[in-house]
Amino acid sequence: MQAAEHDAVFTSAEEQEKWLADAMALVQHHAFYMHRALDANNIRDVLKFSAQMLSELRTSKLSPQKYYELYMRTFDELRQLEVFFREEGKRGRLNADIYELVQHAGNILPRLYLLCTVGSVYIKSKEAPAKDVLKDLVEMSRGVQHPIRGLFLRSYLSQISRDKLPDIGSPYEGEGGSVMDAVEFVLQNFTEMNKLWVRMQHQGLVRDKEKREKERSELRDLVGKNLHVLSQLEGVDLEMYREVVLPRVLEQVVNCKDELAQYYLMDCIIQVFPDDFHLQTLETLLGACPQLQPTVDIKTVMSQLMERLSKYVAASPDVLQEFLQVEAFSKFSHSVVEVIDAQPDMPLVGAVSLHVSLLTFVLRVHADRLDYIDQVLGACVKKLEGKGKVKDSKATKQLVALLSAPLEKYKDVVVVLKLSNYARVMEHLDYETNKVMTVVLIQSILSNSTMISAPDKVDALFELLKELIQDSEGQPLLDMVDEEDFQEEQNLVARLVHMLVNDDPEQMFLILTTARKHFVQGGPRRLQYTLPPLIFTALKLVHSLQAQDLPEEGEGSGSVSLKKVFQFLHQMVEALAMVPAAELSLRLYLQCAEAAGDCGLEPVAYEFFTQAFVLYEEEVSDSKAQVTALQLIIGTLQRTRVFGVENRDTLTHKATGYSAKLLKKPDQCRAVYICSHLFWVEDGGTIDGERVLLCLKRALRIAHAAQQMSSATRGTSGPMTLFVEILNKYLYHFEKGNPQVTSSVIQGLLELIVTDMQSEATTHDLEVDAFLASTVRYIQFQKQKGDSIAEQYASIEVQ
Amino acid sequence: MCCPEVPPPEMLTLRSRGSARKGELRRGTHADDDDGFGMSGRAKPSNFPSRTTTRGREKNFLVGAFGPPCKVGIEFSNAETRKQASVKKENGQVVMVPLFLGQDSVAGEVRIEPLPGKKVEHLGVKIELLGQIELYFDRGSFYDFTSLVRELDVPGEILECKTYPFEFSTVEMQYESYNGVNVRLRYVLKVTISRSYATNIVEYRDFWVHNYSPQPDINNSIKMEVGIEDCLHIEFEYSKSKYHLKDVIVGKIYFLLVRIKIKHMELEVRRRESTGSGPNTYNESETLAKYEIMDGAPVRGESIPIRLFLSPYDLTPTYRNINNKFSVKYYLNLVLVDEEDRRYFKQQEITMYRLE
Repeated sequence: MQAAEHDAVFTSAEEQEKWLADAMALVQHHAFYMHRALDANNIRDVLKFSAQMLSELRTSKLSPQKYYELYMRTFDELRQLEVFFREEGKRGRLNADIYELVQHAGNILPRLYLLCTVGSVYIKSKEAPAKDVLKDLVEMSRGVQHPIRGLFLRSYLSQISRDKLPDIGSPYEGEGGSVMDAVEFVLQNFTEMNKLWVRMQHQGLVRDKEKREKERSELRDLVGKNLHVLSQLEGVDLEMYREVVLPRVLEQVVNCKDELAQYYLMDCIIQVFPDDFHLQTLETLLGACPQLQPTVDIKTVMSQLMERLSKYVAASPDVLQEFLQVEAFSKFSHSVVEVIDAQPDMPLVGAVSLHVSLLTFVLRVHADRLDYIDQVLGACVKKLEGKGKVKDSKATKQLVALLSAPLEKYKDVVVVLKLSNYARVMEHLDYETNKVMTVVLIQSILSNSTMISAPDKVDALFELLKELIQDSEGQPLLDMVDEEDFQEEQNLVARLVHMLVNDDPEQMFLILTTARKHFVQGGPRRLQYTLPPLIFTALKLVHSLQAQDLPEEGEGSGSVSLKKVFQFLHQMVEALAMVPAAELSLRLYLQCAEAAGDCGLEPVAYEFFTQAFVLYEEEVSDSKAQVTALQLIIGTLQRTRVFGVENRDTLTHKATGYSAKLLKKPDQCRAVYICSHLFWVEDGGTIDGERVLLCLKRALRIAHAAQQMSSATRGTSGPMTLFVEILNKYLYHFEKGNPQVTSSVIQGLLELIVTDMQSEATTHDLEVDAFLASTVRYIQFQKQKGDSIAEQYASIEVQ
Repeated sequence: MCCPEVPPPEMLTLRSRGSARKGELRRGTHADDDDGFGMSGRAKPSNFPSRTTTRGREKNFLVGAFGPPCKVGIEFSNAETRKQASVKKENGQVVMVPLFLGQDSVAGEVRIEPLPGKKVEHLGVKIELLGQIELYFDRGSFYDFTSLVRELDVPGEILECKTYPFEFSTVEMQYESYNGVNVRLRYVLKVTISRSYATNIVEYRDFWVHNYSPQPDINNSIKMEVGIEDCLHIEFEYSKSKYHLKDVIVGKIYFLLVRIKIKHMELEVRRRESTGSGPNTYNESETLAKYEIMDGAPVRGESIPIRLFLSPYDLTPTYRNINNKFSVKYYLNLVLVDEEDRRYFKQQEITMYRLE
C-alpha cells in the first residue's frame, strides 16, 4: 500500500518476484474479506475491501510485466464484483446510487476501477444512456496520470466497455447514443493511453532508457487494442473512417512525436483496418508518413501498406479499377519521394528499399504498366544521382532486389530491356555486385529460355552486361580473379549467345554483328569463351541460309549472304587466333571449312584450311597437340568433298607431309595410317587404292623403325600394338574393297605379327595380346558370316 | 498558509509547507491513508479530545443521583413521527435526539411521577427552553441566547402522577445546534421543581435544531490561476462557491506549466472553528475529507477532473459569528505533493448551507 514511494525504480528480477508475491498475497487477503462481504450482501464492506484490494495496484515498484500479472489477478476478482453489483441492481438498489457510492473512495485508483466496474453494470441495466456513462468514465480516468497505472486502468475501461459501446446494431444504440459516441469514446481513450504510453519514456533514470523502451514495447498492445476495437465497430464505415477515425488517430500519431509509438501505431492502423478503407484514404494515410519523426522506420510501414494492398488486389482482382481511380500508384510514388525528403538521415538502404517496396507493389498491382516500373527505377536513379557507385552493402543488396524484381516477375529479359532506367540503376552498383546482377540477368534468361530476337535488344542487353563482357574500371587485377569464377561467368555469357535467335537471317546476322561488336571489346581472355558460341551460332545461320538457298552474293550491302557470314566467321576466328588460342582457332577454322564445304564454297573452304594449316605450322608446337590437331585436320579434310583435284591434292599432300613430320614414331605411324583414309573417300570422293596402300606400307615401315628403336633402347615390344592397329586398317580397307589391299598382304602381316609376338618372349603386353586376339576373332567371325565379305575373307587363314 | 481573510491577489504562490507544519499534516496522512473509504466522518474521532470529560456540564445529568422523590419525564408531542438527528457524544457514542427547525413550535408534556409512598412538595414547577453557547476554554461557561419560561404549576404538592402539557409556539431558534472542538451550541428544555428546603429538582431534555437556507441567488464559480514562477502553474475551477451539505464539488484543474515531479494531488475539505474574540480567539482546523484526485505526474496541458461528493462527510453549514461567540468556516484545500514529499497547496473558502 506504499504507493508511489520510489517511482519507476525497477530493480532486479528477484526483488520484482518478491514484491509481486507480496502484492499477490495482499490481494488474496483482501479478496477473501471481500468475498465474505459479498456473501453477506454487505455493500459497505464489499466496497471497503475491494478498495483495499485495488489499492495494491497503486504500487510503483513493479515492472510492467509483473504489474500485468497483478492486474490480471485483480481483474478476476472484479468480475465477481461486477456480478454482485448486478445483483444489487436486481435487489432494487439504483445503479446511479452505487455509481455514486463507489466514488466516495478516497484514493483515486481503486475508485476508478470500481467506477468502471459499476459503470459497466450501469450501462447494461440501461438505467442511463451508455454514452453518458462512457463519457464520464473516460473523462474521470484522466485523474490517473501515472503511465503504467493509467495504461492499465484505461485498458480495463476498454475491456469492460467493449461489448457495451453504442454501436450500430448493439442494444445500447439509440437512447444510449450513436456510433459516433462510441467512436468518440474509443478515440479519446486511445489518445489518452497513447499519451501515457509515450510519457513512459521520460520516467526514471536516463541510464535505464533501453530497458524502459523494452518495457514500453511490451505494453504497446494495450494501446493498439483501441484501434482494434475501432475496426470492429459495425458503424465505422468508410465515411466515418475517413472523416473521423483516421484523421483523429493520425493526428495523435503525428503529434506524439515518439518513434516507437509512431512506428507501432502506423503498423497497427495498416493491420487492423480493412484494405478498401486504406485504398480510399490512401492520401491521408500517406500524408502522415513524412510528418513522422525522422528516425521512424517508415519504409517498413509503407512496405507493409503496399504489401497489404497488393495482396488485396491479388485476392479480388475486380478492385483494380478502384486502384486506378484513386491513383494508388502515383500517390505511393509521390509519398515515397516525400518521405525520403522528410528524413534526411535515412540511410541509402532505406531509400532504396522503399523503392523496392514500391516496385513490388507495381509489379503486383499494375503488372502491365511498364512505364510505372520505369518511373520507380527513374526515381531511384534520381536518389542515387551524384552518389557514384553505391558502397553500402545493405543498400547494394536492396538495389539488387530492385533490379531482380522485374526479372522475377516477367521472367523475360526483353521486358526489362524496355526499361530505360534499368541500366542507369545498374551503373550505381559496384563492380562485384554488378557482376552478380549480370549473372542473375543471364540466369534468368537461361532458366526461362527467353529468346532475344531483336538486334537493338541485344545491344541493350550487352550494354547491361558490359561488366561481364568487358574490362571496366572497378575490376580487380587479373591475377586476383579466381579463374574458376571467371570461367563460370564467361561460360554463362557463352550460353547466353545461344539465346539470341531470330528466324530472319538478316536480323540474325545483325544480332551476331552486334554481339561481336560487344565481345571484341572483352579482351583476349574473354574472347576464347565468348567467340566460339558466336561462331557456332553463325554456323547455324549458315545452315539456315543454306536451307533457304540464298544466292552466294548479296544484292546490296544490307542483305546477308553466305559469303558475308563466312567473312564474319573468318574475322572472328582470326581474332580468336590472335588471342592466341591456336588449337581452338584451328578447330574452328576446320569447323568453318567443313561448313563452307557443305555450302559448296570451295575457295572459302580452301581459305579456312589454309588458315588452319598456317596455325598448325606456326602456333601448334606441342607434340601431343600436334597429333590431335592433325587428326582433326585429316578428319575434316576427309569429310570435305567440295575440293577439286588440285586443291585436294595440295591439302592432302600437306596433311600427309605433316604426318610424317611428327616427332614420335608411333605418332607418325598412326597419323600416316589415318592419312590412308584421305585417299579412299566414297560417294564421289577420290578413290585411290594405290595411295592408300602406300600410306599403310609407310605406316608399317615407321612401325618397324619404331620397333627397332624401342628394342634397341629398352628391349621391349612396345610398338607391337602399332602393327595390330595397322592390321586393323588393312582389314578396313580390305573390306571396303580396295583392290590393292589383298588377302595375301593381310595374311603376311598377320603372320608377321604372330611370329613377332611369339619370338619375342620377353614381355607380353596383355592389352596387345587381347587386341590381337579380338582382331583374330573378328576375322574368324567375318569368315563364318557366309556373305560376300566371308568369301573375301576365305583366303585368309587364321590359326 | 494563504490567509483566506485577505483577498488574494490574482496570482498566488503555492508555498511548500515548512517543517514546523509538516507534523500536523502527517497526522492526517497516517490516520487516513490506509483506508480507501472515507465514509461518514472518518476524520472525526480524533477531533473529540478526552479533555471534555472533566467539564462541569457533566453534572447536569448526575443531579438525580441523590434519589429525588419523583421521576420527571419530558415528552415531545409527535415523538414517534418527529425526525431525529444523530449526534455524536463526547465518548463517541451516537445518540438520536429529536430534531426541530428554527420556527417550529416546541410542545409536549412533562410528567412528574412521585416514587411510591412519597410526595413532592414544591414552590412551583416551570419549564424553560434554553439556547446556550458553551465555550470549553472559558471554563465551561454558558451563554444563554434564548430563554423562554412557562409556569406549569403553582406551589403545592404532588401526590400522584401528574402531567403538564406545554408549548413554546414558533420559537425563534436562529442558530443551529453544533458540537465543535471548542464550542457547543445546544438547545435544551429544562424542567425545574422548586423546593424550599431541598435542592430543586431539575430535569433536562436536549433537542437538535437545524435551519434550512434557501438556494443562494448568486453562486459564482471559483476560478483562479496560481503557481510558483517557472516551476508550476495551474488553473483550477470549482463550479460553485456555495455548496449544500449533500452537494457535489465539481471542477477541474488545468496544468499550464509543470516542471516539478508531482506524485499525486488531493482535495481536502477543511473546517475552521474560531471561538472567542480579539486576543482570545481560538482557531481550530480539522481536515474532514482527504480525497485523492490525481495519481502520477501530469504534463503541460492536462486537465484533471474533480468530483467530490460531500454527503459522506459530517459537515455543517458555515456559521458566521454566531452570537459574537464563534464561527465555523469551510475551506477547499488543493494539495499537490511532489516526489520529495513537498506539499504545495492553495486554500479557498467555500460556503456551506443546509438545503431543505
